[in-house]
Amino acid sequence: MKFIQKIFDDLHPGFEKGGKYEKFYPLYEGVRTLVFAPSITTDSKGVQVRDAIDTKRMMMTVIIAMIPCLLFGMWNVGYQHYIATGVEATFLDMILLGALKVVPIIVVSYTVGLAIEFAICVIRQHPVNEGYLVTGMLIPLVLPASIPLWQVAIATAFAVIIGKEAFGGTGMNILNVALTARAFLYFAYPSQISGDVWTYFGDQAPVDGFSGATVLAYGASAAANGTDMMADMAGHWYDGMFSFWNMFIGTIPGSIGETSTLMCLIGAAILIATGIGSWKIIFSVFAGGYLMGLLFNLIGGNSFLEMPAHYHLVSGGLAFGAVFMASDPVTASQTELGKWIYGFMIGVLTVLIRVVNPAYPEGIMLAILFMNVFAPLIDYYIVEANKKRRLTRATI
Amino acid sequence: MSKTIKLKKGFDINLVGKPQEKIIESKQPETYAIKPTDFVGISRPKLLVKEGDSVKAGSPVLFDKFTEQVKYCAPVSGKVVEIKRGEKRKLLEVKILADKSVEYVKHKKYSTSDISKLSKEDAFEQMSAGGVWPNVIQRPYGIVADPESEPKAIFISAFDTHPLAPNTAFILQDQGAHFQAGLDILKKFTSGKIHLNIKGGDEVAQIFSQAKGVEINKFMGPHPSGNVGTQIHHLDPINKGDIAWTVSPYGVAQIGKLFTEGIYDASKIVALTGSQVTDPAYVKTYSGANAGNLLDGHLKSGPSRIISGNVLTGEAVGKEGFLGFYDQQFTVIPEGDYEELLGWILPSTNKLSFHKAFGLLGFLNPKKEYVVDTNTHGEERAFVMSGAFEKVMPMDIYPTFLFKAIMAEDYDEMEGLGIYELVEEDVALCEFIDVSKHPLQTILRSGLNLLKES
Repeated sequence: MKFIQKIFDDLHPGFEKGGKYEKFYPLYEGVRTLVFAPSITTDSKGVQVRDAIDTKRMMMTVIIAMIPCLLFGMWNVGYQHYIATGVEATFLDMILLGALKVVPIIVVSYTVGLAIEFAICVIRQHPVNEGYLVTGMLIPLVLPASIPLWQVAIATAFAVIIGKEAFGGTGMNILNVALTARAFLYFAYPSQISGDVWTYFGDQAPVDGFSGATVLAYGASAAANGTDMMADMAGHWYDGMFSFWNMFIGTIPGSIGETSTLMCLIGAAILIATGIGSWKIIFSVFAGGYLMGLLFNLIGGNSFLEMPAHYHLVSGGLAFGAVFMASDPVTASQTELGKWIYGFMIGVLTVLIRVVNPAYPEGIMLAILFMNVFAPLIDYYIVEANKKRRLTRATI
Repeated sequence: MSKTIKLKKGFDINLVGKPQEKIIESKQPETYAIKPTDFVGISRPKLLVKEGDSVKAGSPVLFDKFTEQVKYCAPVSGKVVEIKRGEKRKLLEVKILADKSVEYVKHKKYSTSDISKLSKEDAFEQMSAGGVWPNVIQRPYGIVADPESEPKAIFISAFDTHPLAPNTAFILQDQGAHFQAGLDILKKFTSGKIHLNIKGGDEVAQIFSQAKGVEINKFMGPHPSGNVGTQIHHLDPINKGDIAWTVSPYGVAQIGKLFTEGIYDASKIVALTGSQVTDPAYVKTYSGANAGNLLDGHLKSGPSRIISGNVLTGEAVGKEGFLGFYDQQFTVIPEGDYEELLGWILPSTNKLSFHKAFGLLGFLNPKKEYVVDTNTHGEERAFVMSGAFEKVMPMDIYPTFLFKAIMAEDYDEMEGLGIYELVEEDVALCEFIDVSKHPLQTILRSGLNLLKES
């Protein structure tokens, strides 16, 4: 420990004011504070002691909550590959293949994102913020394994520069950064992120009768063709693929980290137990989605509208979005009542977009981005109500 | 109608070094000081003494140019040995070398019946000349009360929930008569009520339970239930244009004694607390006592920080420093100027945290007392967490929005969001739990200053 401290101490003069690398001080500080929690003490006035938490630990807690989704996602990439190509494979094969596809995406996301963050810190001379630690992991998890790496790089750059830094950096952004990256890809390169992209093939051919469609794609086509969605799904080439249980566990095609509702719920449990994620938002997204599903069941009309409401909760990215995206404290509503409204509306809009607008089968991304924009408005009215209470109190 | 109010929000910071309820022997400090910086709202302190002058306990030492009548008086008799100034000749400390035995300036004595007949004007004259007026704090702003103002009510919190706080009843032992006299005097200044707020669920000390002419309210719950600001919010909140006064129980007794005994008695029972104190307990001394002298022989070795007051709202004064006018305790804790390898992620059961983030395992043992040093555990960052401040703020106020309004210097927004209800101590717990390590008490004060000057 002394030895590492000495390395930093030897480097220190170069980064100080007037030193050769003065401009890169934020970088030096960023690295040093990652290795050692800093030796800063409280001011002589104000609190003399501080809580042991800091933003690094807070962000790491979120990353830890994502690990179940990540590991399951890696395995599932391999699993989907081997069943789609009809090759027998062991558990290890599946994990290895998944890792081979997923790790490069993570590396690209972190490298590009952190490089931009560091560059901006050096330009603006402000300390390195930890927000990207979470974003860098979220971006890979909401992409298909088959995504070209250069697209990951471009999307990351777009999201960090336009989605975050243009607004003033961590804590100031209006839109969720990872979803900005995904939305960018969705509209700029739709052919790599919609349609039959969810299963990775490599150079192998799919088995006879293969279809890579997701539940939501089944729904959209059933609604368009007037067929029975549940019957279509039951006739899937791989027996039992879209049973409710299968979808809950997550052994279905989809973005890397989003398929398993179970893993998302484990993540939710971690976030809620540690107090980092708002249970109000997470719960109300599920509630909104379910109630909207029920409402559509009542209305009926086609088989997608009549899909059992609980299927909405386990299909697509609803669970992942609810747990890891909607609960992002920077872009969510910041008042407690607002969190209920915000989450509920995300759930409602997700199902509305899914079912009513066949052009965008994945509703959660757009629903969250939409509500990100509205979160400040929700807060505004709630805070105004607080001010009004104070005013009426004064006149009594 | 007296009320019982149960609060759920808040957090008790449980530290090692609680004072034992006994008075221990301690060397009496040689020097004492009056620090104009203790009194919020003094903008132009004017000196009435110069170096070398002899003073008695209760001799006026300085006053504020804008409220000339209110005198700030010497706590002990002796010789003015140093007048310490800081940048731009700002007056920091007036140091007095104490005599062996204290001589007092004599004021008029009153019997209980005389006190009841005393007019408000006469009472004010004796209070302001006698040095006890600065005990009266005016809200909004938390400043020394403006004698011209009339408060809608006066609030007294009879218990302290700050970390390692002294027991209020213990430090007021044998002061029952003075305390009641103080209440009788204060009653003259308001047509409203005097609220005396005690801790619910506990046995109430006689000095409070037998107080007359007051409304006794009970508060339950974790810190900040003992903060007078929290209590005002639930009893009779401060709206724009309202004025309320607050006085500490010690202050009430000191006011009373000026009338019953005719002296400005600045003697105090002070708690020596914190993990760096060998034998945490109480000592008898005077307001403005020198820290190094008083703590001599009671300190453990190792780099320590000496704080006048508690760890949430106190001030690091060092061995050369002095006890603040309003403070009833010294807290001594280890300094935290060290780097910790991977300290931001390693799990630990020895780190105190309100949050339960990964690796902060303190919640497994909620009764544990912690040794906490002065390390900030991280650097200042943008606000990234929501909903946390609200959990430690038992008031209908949105702290994050208020702080952002202050930073943006938006006057209407600050008023609308309730800044008048707050002083530093009311947001200290927010500052403690803040993930982003903002100096929230300083930010709040800058907002209050903006409004006060507008």
